[in-house]
Amino acid sequence: MSRSATTIEIDRPPVIRSGPLRWLKENLFSTWYNTLLTVGSLAIALLLAVLFGHWALTEAHWAVIPANLKLLFVGTYPLDQLWRIWATLYMVALFLGFSGGLHRGLILQIALMVAAATVLLALLPFAWATRLWILATALSTLVGFGLGRLTRQSRTSRWLEISLWLLSFPLTLVLLKGGLFLPVVGEAHNVGGWNKWGFMLNLLGAVVGITLSLPIGILLALGRRSSLPAVRLVSTLYIELIRGVPLITLLFMASNMLPLLVPTTFRPDIVIRAMMTITAFSAAYMAENVRGGLQAIPQGQFEAAYAVGLGRMLTTLLIVLPQALRAVIPAIVGQLISLFKDTTLFGFIAILELLGMVDSVLGNLQWRGTIFELYIFIGFIFWIFCYSLSYISRRIEKNLGVGER
Amino acid sequence: MRSILKVLGVVLLVVAVVLPLIASADTLSDVQTRGKLICGVNSTLPGFGFLDSATGQFSGFDVDYCKALAAAIGLDPGNDIDFVPLTAGERFTALQTSQIDVLIRNTTWTLTRDSQALGAIFAPTTFYDGQGFLVRKSDNIKSLKDLNGATICVTSGTTTEGNLADAFREAGLTLKTKVFAKTEAAFGTFDDGGCDAYTSDKSQLASLRTISKDPSNLTILPETISKEPLGPLTRQGDDKWFDVVKWTVFATFFAEEKGITQANVSSFQSDNPSILRFLGKEGGLGAKLGLNEDWAVKAIEAVGNYGEIYTRNLGPNGLAIPRAGSLNASFKNGGLLYAPAWR
Repeated sequence: MSRSATTIEIDRPPVIRSGPLRWLKENLFSTWYNTLLTVGSLAIALLLAVLFGHWALTEAHWAVIPANLKLLFVGTYPLDQLWRIWATLYMVALFLGFSGGLHRGLILQIALMVAAATVLLALLPFAWATRLWILATALSTLVGFGLGRLTRQSRTSRWLEISLWLLSFPLTLVLLKGGLFLPVVGEAHNVGGWNKWGFMLNLLGAVVGITLSLPIGILLALGRRSSLPAVRLVSTLYIELIRGVPLITLLFMASNMLPLLVPTTFRPDIVIRAMMTITAFSAAYMAENVRGGLQAIPQGQFEAAYAVGLGRMLTTLLIVLPQALRAVIPAIVGQLISLFKDTTLFGFIAILELLGMVDSVLGNLQWRGTIFELYIFIGFIFWIFCYSLSYISRRIEKNLGVGER
Repeated sequence: MRSILKVLGVVLLVVAVVLPLIASADTLSDVQTRGKLICGVNSTLPGFGFLDSATGQFSGFDVDYCKALAAAIGLDPGNDIDFVPLTAGERFTALQTSQIDVLIRNTTWTLTRDSQALGAIFAPTTFYDGQGFLVRKSDNIKSLKDLNGATICVTSGTTTEGNLADAFREAGLTLKTKVFAKTEAAFGTFDDGGCDAYTSDKSQLASLRTISKDPSNLTILPETISKEPLGPLTRQGDDKWFDVVKWTVFATFFAEEKGITQANVSSFQSDNPSILRFLGKEGGLGAKLGLNEDWAVKAIEAVGNYGEIYTRNLGPNGLAIPRAGSLNASFKNGGLLYAPAWR
């Protein structure tokens, strides 16, 4: 048996081809069935786009949106008092700019985003007066930013910032609803209560709900992990009872059953009842989110805190909660987004928020049958808000380094 | 300390139980003290109650009756009404629990609703409606009998569903329904061919036909399968308030009968004693209702007589529901609208 000398073949380094064509071939047309799927899906997508485009350009009555813009956003809010809504917006923009000027970083980005959005909004075909009102929001952010930059060295400006944000909550309510020095909207004007304020109610409901449900949720979460049996029992019962019932049921109870039990004199109006309900509902979910964060804190953290002489209270406040909350920021923002969307359920208890307002607009013979136009529009509005929220949440996570440790 | 708390608790309990009784006993003086009429309305029904995009205010047939009532009490119909939009499911609870003073929301007068069961009481009917069917001409359905075994789209939570079942049972027909929570969904399904017929009150059929993809192919069957007298409701046990609502409605009938209109009511000249009493120039009828003497004048000034209210909201420029020859005509023209003696 003779052995011939074998030549060793050396593999050449593979040629890496790239480029869009290559990507297409590898991802979309790699096999015959993938090719079929790609072509089929493209055809369906194209068909839908053409059908929708045809409808949107030729059949849809988009005039319904500009004609009812005021109703959809602020409902029956009296025209001569509209400046109060703008004032509220300017206040928030000013505070945002101020905080942005003080800290830069993320908060500045948010402020800039808001300013950019208002400038974009002003490009839409509004009346010139409306455009000026809108642009003043961006101006307000700039003024706030300038103030923040100028005073960033002083310690008092930090305190001022915190108190301003705390004050913004009651100030918003006073500005919008009235009280102190402003006439109460709904008493002096033919707009009834504030149950017909359109999209403003969705925003108010979400802000009130999230601001109040976070502290309540934290307390409930701590309560559920408490060593005191009574506190633990009450917290657990509350959380499980509320979570076991759909929100719409709770809203129906607040709308229909509460009035049967509580006499007129002590009965809060329907909007307050709805806000209380959504806060109570959200607090139970918030508690479970926070509890998830609390459970993620290793025992070592507690022990280390005790070892340096911190009491239970301080351990919770300074060591445990900051870490726990940081870990659950995505969950909390998710809760905020779903709370915001849940406010549309107010429409089912005859509160004319955005969705309820749409039904009311459809009740006008002039606008009958424009249901798709209106629903597409409000879907778009909700998408803008919810997407911005989740974008901000991603930035917060990045800034805090959540998920990188 | 303990005993003080106990006493306080008992007092609070008593207050809680007694207050609603006090509060609901005299709606008229409640409304007058409050300076505001709280009117439960529909915010989504063309012609009857909706938000007008031009003015941002409530508008419609039922809404006009809220305004007439407010004016009769001596309030400003433009500013002193709080309109509470209500869903069909909420309206009776809202009335029972004093969330509203009066319910004027296209509500059908039935025995059950008028009885102790709901604790409501019906003022005179302002609009005689009736349930009918909307079908496609191309389906060649000519009468109720042709609907045997057909699928019918209907909205739940109203008398509509019950009437439908009754009518089919009576005629010995097989009934297949598709039930929806929302009018838009029910009608949309019918319009897309998902049902053979759509049933609702004829006034609503008239308004829905206008938004169909092919209105000329739709027709309303001649049969009316139900009585749907619609009118205002108040709470039982408050007769004084009920009288005010009832006679405000009659005032709009009476004004039409005598030719008194929104334009001429303030300067109306007549020697007819009952008209003089209507105008508050003699008789002291207002005091008997607990109102000012010019209460009827104010009501007509606010919204006009029945004919004017009807034309404004349901006439040719709106829903275009023909009035002549219908039950909604004045008794002089063969209809059912009749005001009792004004003395």
